[in-house]
Formats: sequence, C-alpha cells, structure tokens
Amino acid sequence: MISHNPQLNQHGELQHLLTTEGLPVSILLKILDTAESFVGMTEREVKKVPLLRGKSVFNLFFEPSTRTRTTFEIAAKRLSADVLNLNIASSSQSKGETLLDTVDNLSAMHADMFVVRHSQSGAAHLIARHVRPEIHVINAGDGRHAHPTQALLDMFTIRHYKQDFRNLRVAIVGDVLHSRVARSQIHALTTLGVPEVRVIAPKTLLPARVERLGVHVFHDMKQGLKDVDVLLMLRLQNERMLGASLPSAEEYFKYYGLTQEKLALARPDAIVMHPGPMNRGIEIDSAVADGKQSVILPQVTFGIAVRMAVMSILAGN
Amino acid sequence: MYLPDAEELLVTLAEQIRPDITHNTALAGIYTGGMFLAERLYQALDIGLPLGTLDISFYRDDFNQIGLHPQIKPSDIPFEVEGSHIILVDDVLYTGRTVRAAINELFDYGRPASIRLAVLVDRGGRELPVAAQYAGAVLDLPASKMLALDRDGDGKLSLSFYEKGLPGNDQS
Repeated sequence: MISHNPQLNQHGELQHLLTTEGLPVSILLKILDTAESFVGMTEREVKKVPLLRGKSVFNLFFEPSTRTRTTFEIAAKRLSADVLNLNIASSSQSKGETLLDTVDNLSAMHADMFVVRHSQSGAAHLIARHVRPEIHVINAGDGRHAHPTQALLDMFTIRHYKQDFRNLRVAIVGDVLHSRVARSQIHALTTLGVPEVRVIAPKTLLPARVERLGVHVFHDMKQGLKDVDVLLMLRLQNERMLGASLPSAEEYFKYYGLTQEKLALARPDAIVMHPGPMNRGIEIDSAVADGKQSVILPQVTFGIAVRMAVMSILAGN
Repeated sequence: MYLPDAEELLVTLAEQIRPDITHNTALAGIYTGGMFLAERLYQALDIGLPLGTLDISFYRDDFNQIGLHPQIKPSDIPFEVEGSHIILVDDVLYTGRTVRAAINELFDYGRPASIRLAVLVDRGGRELPVAAQYAGAVLDLPASKMLALDRDGDGKLSLSFYEKGLPGNDQS
C-alpha cells in the first residue's frame, strides 16, 4: 500500500491539487463534471457565481507566466474570490527570504488558497505540507514535475470532442524530457482509461525509461501518428533548443514539427492540442495551429472552467 | 403520515397558475424535484417561452459547511430573463433558502419584470421572508420529516418522505 497521499484529506477528498499522479479516477471525473457546469456560465449577463465570496486566493508565481496566471486569476474572480498576484521572482525572494517564510507571511494575511508556480520540482508539495489544514494549495507548474490543471483542461477538451476516453489513441509529441505538462497528461490519460498513449520525440528529448509510465515510444512521426485520435503537442523550450539536445530549430521542424502533411497520417477526425505558448514554425506549422482540426483556443476557454472547478471543489472540502 | 397525491396537486396548481399566464411568462424549475414539476406544468399550460431549469448549487448559503454537490447540472435559461415574468417552480417550500438562492441566480442572467413562486407543497418552517403565490397544498410537518418529489419511469409524480441528513436535499 502506498503511503498517505498528501493531496487527499482523511475523508479521501481533494485537499490540495499537486499532481495528477495517484489521483483516483472518481476525483478526476468529479473535476471534469464540475467544470462542465461552469462552461455555460460565460453566456450569462453576470459571469460570476458567489462560491468563493470572501475568500482570498494568492497567486504565487516564482517563475514568469502570463497565460496560466491570468486564467487562474479569471477563474478565481468568476468565483467571486479576492485575488492577489505576487510575482515573487522580483520581490522578497531576491532579498533572501525563504519560500516557507514567504508562505508564512502570506498565511498571516489570511490567505485561503495558494496557486503556486515554481521552477523547482516539489515546491507546491513543500508548501502543502507546511500550511495550516484550512489552506488549500494548487500546483500551477513545478519544475519538470507536474502541471495538473493543464492536464485536466486537456482531459476536459478531449472528452468534449471525443466523449469517451476508453477507445482512444493519444500521441504526445515533442520535448517530453523537460515537460511537466507531459508527465501530468500521461498520468491523467492512463487513469482515465485511455488504452494507448504514445510519446513521439527524438531520443534526446525523452526521459530514461519513459515506457515505465505505460506509454508506447516512437521516434518517427510517420509511425507514431498513424491512426491517432488526439495529438498533444508540447512546447519546445527555446532555452533548451540549442545545445546538446538538438542540432537546430529547422531540423527539429523538419522531423517533428506538425505540418498538414504529417497530420494527414492521423485519423481524419483527429484533434490537435497545444498548451501554449506556441512556437510557430518549430513544433507546429501555422496552417495546423489555425486549421480546422486545431482546438487550441477552446483549450484556453475550457481552462478557466476547469480551474474554477478545482478551486470550488477544494474550497468546499 | 398522510401524504396528498402529487398528480392531483399538480392539477390544482396548474389551474391556479393558468389565469396569470401572459405572452411574457416563463417557467423555471429548480433541479431536481422542481424540474420534474415544471416539465409537467409546462405540458399542462400554454406557455410561449421555452422552459428553464436552475441548479442552485453555486448559490447555496451552506457551501462552506457541506461543499459542492457531486452532481451539478448546468442551469439552462433559454429565454431572455430581462423583462420576463418568471414563475419559479419547486417541489417543496420549506426554509426558503433554496428560493433565495434561485432568485440570486436568476438576477445574474438579467433583470426580470417579476418573479413568482409555485410549489407543489408549502410545508411551513420558513427561515426567510419568502412566500409562494401558488401552492398545491399547505401541510404542517414536523422538522424531522423531509419531503421530496419523485418521478417514476412513466413520468408519474409522487411525494415521499426521506430521512434528514441524507446527501442531496435537506435544503428546501
């Protein structure tokens, strides 16, 4: 038996959202189902519900991010929470304050929820173990480890277009090695019962023994994309592009960039997803990113509903 | 304990509502018992605007104590709330807290011309200044008895008691 899951309280309910790894399928489905009811809210005159009224959500971003931080902020505001954005890279940390001192100070200001983005794997876990039990922590990306809300919004998008997880072939394409998104996607996909998860990447961009996560490994797009229903493209991190891992952006695009021609190998109704921000002309061609099989912008919209679902479930537990 | 026949109450309720219907009247049933009732009223009455349903989970005042319900259904208000005369439909009127939440939710869709309340049973026990303009029956029930509307496979409505504290429905 595995030891106590720090994400769950003593009743087995979600206390923090730190990773999709080890989360029961019932909790994943509850998040997706709850998100469903927030999607329609945007058609209303008042795009707000009072679930988190009077609660304070602190966005702690130790690493720059625009999209994720913004969607968490919108999600919290649509739940009527008060939101504070702290870009800590530029404040107290540079003055030498430790991570937990920062958290203690913000807890003393009566924070109810922390949304944490940090370059170190495990930062959100550390905070979750440290805070008082009435405070909830959401991991918004830690190092190479996990990015659970991104994976959940991807699952929501897949379910929206494909209905059932249990008859799908899903391919994750690109820099799996450095990707916290890929790890969280793989755990969520396998838990939700996707029978075939593939990763497609050059050897230098795959973690050692990645097949232990239950995925099929391909190094060639032609073979890897054959008959897939869903393509999850990963961002090629610019900062890692030149150097030991890859010869050049042009060469990467030639072999692993998603073009219409390569996409034609997948099923005709396959959908293309990307967590953003995209490098057009490197991992994805503009014709695909803006094409009819792309669901990249719906992903962003669904991301707000999914983050609202996570926050409201946590606040209620 | 005596319980009236839900189908008979439905007929009574529909006849109370009928004279007040205008071209601008809409029905909105509160999930789930109120929705069952609203569907039947909608069939029985001549109402031009499409039927709405409300799930008031996001507006409950006991969210901090009990958290989110596991099965939230998206609210569906397919008519223009602004300027319409809405009849809110619920199965049982008790504390009035559900109605408070439903009114709050409706106002997030727009400003209705009026809201009235239709219930199958008014069982007293109000904790808020809420009253039903239309009620199939008025009963005096002890606080330990919780009442809910069910629908069987043929669509037939029936009232039944359940134990307080069961997940789902103690706020009526």
